[in-house]
Amino acid sequence: MSIYTEIILDHYQNPRNFGRIPNPSFHSQASNPLCGDRLELDIVVEEQKIKDIKFQGVGCAISIASASLVTETLKNKDLLYLKKIDKNFIIKLLNIDLGVNRLKCALLILEAIKKLLV
Amino acid sequence: MLNNLKNDFPIFKNYPDLVYLDSTAMSLKPKVVLEKLVEYYSRYSANIYRGVYKISEKATEEYEKTRQVVADFINAEKNEVVFTRNTTESINLVAYSLGRKIIDEGDEIVTTVMEHHSNFVPWQILALETGAIFKIIDIKDDGSLNLNFQSGNLDLDEVITKKTKILALTYTSNVLGTINPLKEIIEKAKKINPKIIIVVDAAQSAPHLKIDVKDLRGDFVAFSSHKMLGPTGVGVLWGRKELLEEMYPFLYGGEMISEVYLEKTIFKNPPHKFEAGTPSIGEVIAFKEAIKYLKSTGIDKIRQHEKELTLYCLKILKDEFGEKIKIFGPKNIEARAGIIAFTFDNFHPHDIASILDDQSIAVRAGHHCAMPLHNRLKVNATVRASFYIYNNESDVEKLVLGLKKVEKTLT
Repeated sequence: MSIYTEIILDHYQNPRNFGRIPNPSFHSQASNPLCGDRLELDIVVEEQKIKDIKFQGVGCAISIASASLVTETLKNKDLLYLKKIDKNFIIKLLNIDLGVNRLKCALLILEAIKKLLV
Repeated sequence: MLNNLKNDFPIFKNYPDLVYLDSTAMSLKPKVVLEKLVEYYSRYSANIYRGVYKISEKATEEYEKTRQVVADFINAEKNEVVFTRNTTESINLVAYSLGRKIIDEGDEIVTTVMEHHSNFVPWQILALETGAIFKIIDIKDDGSLNLNFQSGNLDLDEVITKKTKILALTYTSNVLGTINPLKEIIEKAKKINPKIIIVVDAAQSAPHLKIDVKDLRGDFVAFSSHKMLGPTGVGVLWGRKELLEEMYPFLYGGEMISEVYLEKTIFKNPPHKFEAGTPSIGEVIAFKEAIKYLKSTGIDKIRQHEKELTLYCLKILKDEFGEKIKIFGPKNIEARAGIIAFTFDNFHPHDIASILDDQSIAVRAGHHCAMPLHNRLKVNATVRASFYIYNNESDVEKLVLGLKKVEKTLT
């Protein structure tokens, strides 16, 4: 089955939480120099909660859709929830059968999340 | 055009829908090659040289026969043909065994921006280690090397000097498809500095063009079996005899020695000096069937077939997609191999390749082991379609239909 499901294409063509936040509490970026994909991630934290989250960048449909879907799940969650985001979480969320090569694309947002709080 | 050869390639029986457009990375294998592999593994799968029993002698004979077939294929002497694992290892062998012997601080090593990493990184590292100057020949916008042609004559004076010890360059670019005017470059470079060592990456040429090492007059030519219908795990390094003799061995150990004492070792003569350990015996043996297949098909006919397919593909891509498709490399088909790297609208090459794969069309997406070139072209990645003897016009048409699907899916 194709990895370009309706949900993936929808989030690629209309990414949610796309853009930058001025003066974010935390900021990070991740890139994959092999294909030129690049994401920036901003979050605003208030009382240990993720009040706002936005990402911006260039990438393939999978990396953009993955970032869009992941950021959607994070809004208004406890900051600690960030620790729950791992490879399996993202694979489940995307619900598509990614081979090893395309998995990297989906996990670019994970790299940005991991860099957020360090 | 060649007749349809797909029937000779068992993969198409097992995967009839396959539109295989990635022969630049890996060629498919004809039945005769697979049969030879099975013959070795089922009839005389012994180690070579050492056995005094019949099946070892048979294996040795078959292995050495391939050396002769390769030598004949490139018009070389048998003992100038060294078997390695692949082109990368062949080039590394030269960089280690000769490069580290002749390069000193301040010497020049020259290569080009269109190289595959395998003919770029070994020289860059050698220069960094020794303090040599690493010079890189640029390309022009049309994808040809940026060399001075004055009134039709090649002028290398700006690039090659008396201090240039090594010129490493590709015969055919694996991205642009550019076929470099190799004979002319070698002749001019040797005129400026007769001692210059010229290393040719022929990985994308040996499968498609007639190579005559005596006519080219370079010093080393490297290529891989797996790109020319042969098995994986076999590379060739052709080197001039005098050079092979004076070079250090590359790997030390079994097979490459003639005598070993507690305090010293005497090595075998080339090419065996460079073939330490048990090689890919069955694969080398089957490689000769690939060369025989190429010869019986006719290298000139193969080249002509690829030219026609490439022209057809360039034309219908342009007709169907116009400015949305950006194709890299020379427009002149005489200077271009059957390799077409392109970008399509603002679609990501990985998305293009994945959606094509959904339709059983295999193309490559990425930088194709040529990152300096992609930086030079100011793109992160390209999609690459390449042709070989089993491709036909229908494959090209399926690619176009596939790209229409890409457009429909992503917009």
